[in-house]
Amino acid sequence: MARKIRVLIAKPGLDGHDRGARVIARALRDAGMEVIYTGLHQTPEQIVEAAIQEDVDVVGLSILSGAHMTLIPRVTQLLRENGADDILVIGGGTIPEDDIKALKEGGWVKELFTPGTPLEAIVEWIQANVKV
Amino acid sequence: MNNLVEKMLQGDRRSTARIITLIENDAPEKREILKQIYPYTGRAHVVGITGSPGAGKSSLVDELTREIRGEGLKVGIIAVDPTSPFSGGALLGDRIRMQEHATDRGVFIRSMGTRGNLGGLAEATRDAIRVLDAFGCEVILVETVGVGQSELDIMHHADTTLVVLTPQAGDHIQTIKAGIMEIADIFVINKADLDGTGKMVTDIEAMLDMSTPASGWRPPVLTTIALDHRGIPELWATIKEHRAWRKDNRVETTKEKVRRELAEIIQHQLTHLINRDLDRHYQNLIERVAARQLDPYSAAMEVIKKSWKGGLMQ
Ligand code: B12
Ligand SMILES: Nc1nc2c(ncn2[C@@H]2O[C@H](COP(=O)(O)OP(=O)(O)OP(=O)(O)O)[C@@H](O)[C@H]2O)c(=O)[nH]1
Ligand SMILES: [Mg+2]
Repeated sequence: MARKIRVLIAKPGLDGHDRGARVIARALRDAGMEVIYTGLHQTPEQIVEAAIQEDVDVVGLSILSGAHMTLIPRVTQLLRENGADDILVIGGGTIPEDDIKALKEGGWVKELFTPGTPLEAIVEWIQANVKV
Repeated sequence: MNNLVEKMLQGDRRSTARIITLIENDAPEKREILKQIYPYTGRAHVVGITGSPGAGKSSLVDELTREIRGEGLKVGIIAVDPTSPFSGGALLGDRIRMQEHATDRGVFIRSMGTRGNLGGLAEATRDAIRVLDAFGCEVILVETVGVGQSELDIMHHADTTLVVLTPQAGDHIQTIKAGIMEIADIFVINKADLDGTGKMVTDIEAMLDMSTPASGWRPPVLTTIALDHRGIPELWATIKEHRAWRKDNRVETTKEKVRRELAEIIQHQLTHLINRDLDRHYQNLIERVAARQLDPYSAAMEVIKKSWKGGLMQ
């Protein structure tokens, strides 16, 4: 049995800031994970469908456009509708403290990482929270 | 019947994805699952797409999918990317070019890392193809960078193999790796918008003139521009032609394919058992050979004689 953590890194919406997403994708690969990167401008529907087909453990959303309050709940809701809410949803980008609190308390997201977060912290969070 | 298999046969995408994961992980349930789905396989036409990095394989898969979906056929895609030998991780990026089909229920896309398992890659890919076949995909497109032997071995499981080249210098005919040319059923010169396309076509045709194909199928050389769908309808038509030709000429009969698969599975299993038994039961023998009290050939015969009486059979 050779289990590997699989992560989908996606950029929802019209946001073109993909540096963070690429940096994260590479860091997770270097930590031994299989990372599926789907590129820019994804709709929540595309993200959820990819997450299901790729059978990932984690969906990571990178949002620097300010649209996180609509995009993140939408992805989580679609996962639930597809019976795939065992997949962990996390994210990062420029997201204000208050919104982070609201999204986490609302159960829309497991964890959010803001600019400046060390990559090791993100790797460690995933390793600690995905049951292998 | 296994619950996942049952749900997959009813069209459940999540179960299908789960099954592929179990196969990739070489999970204990794998054999039972494959046993149960086997009766539902053998219907899909499997198209392998290989070629140098960046040649446009994913773009071609995307465009071919659009063409095939136009005929209403269900498409499965398996995209293989290299696993990093250092970390064991992989960055699977082929999907970026296939997003047009992401929400089409008639398309199922799965990315796989090579995971550095020698031979095991071809095996896992073959089994994943079977899953998508049983799931009901009528055409299965398998993309892989043709860099390693085990990646080329995947093409044994394809009915039609496309070798994708570009007119660019690095792809010049003399520099193309031996082994990749022999497996082509169709040559695709993608990026035909770039200079050197004509020369590339001539070079490949000249090479084909010098080798008479044993099978009787001379690989056609097609040109495409994946970026604007140019040459794609012709490519799909040629794939269908090849499929029809195979059927008429009964090339590589099912029996030969099965024979090779059995040989592969048995070899795999034997290698595993031999290594296990050498570690467990033959330390003494190994020591004797190391001490030059016994030669390796006699030692090997001793192991084989003992093992075939039952030890190796498990
Ligand atoms: C570089 C940059 C650009 C580059 C982007 C290049 C690229 N290809 O990525 C360019 C110049 C193109 C650009 C353009 C614009 N930008 Co700009 N840009 C930035 C800047 C300075 C840095 C972003 C960056 O790359 N950081 C480096 C990466 C590594 O960090 P990161 O993405 O934050 O990722 C970290 C964490 O957030 C987290 N993380 C991020 N994603 C994920 C995902 C997961 C799964 C996880 C676990 C963690 C995680 O982990 C990372 C490591 O710590 C920010 C300011 C800032 N300080 O963030 C503005 C900023 C994001 N941009 C902004 C704006 C407004 C724009 C423009 C609209 C400007 C304009 N008017 O034209 C355009 C829009 C572009 C578009 N199409 O979307 C605003 C956004 C405001 C908002 N959120 O409402 C910012 C915040 C600047 C500001 N203070 O106003 N931008
Ligand atoms: N000029 C030109 N560029 C093309 C064409 N087809 C694809 N490309 C570009 O070639 C680059 C690689 O395309 P991909 O489809 O990702 O190639 P690939 O062979 O799948 O690449 P890997 O999977 O990384 O080996 C992309 O930037 C495409 O836009 C074409 O017909 N003409
Ligand atoms: Mg590709």
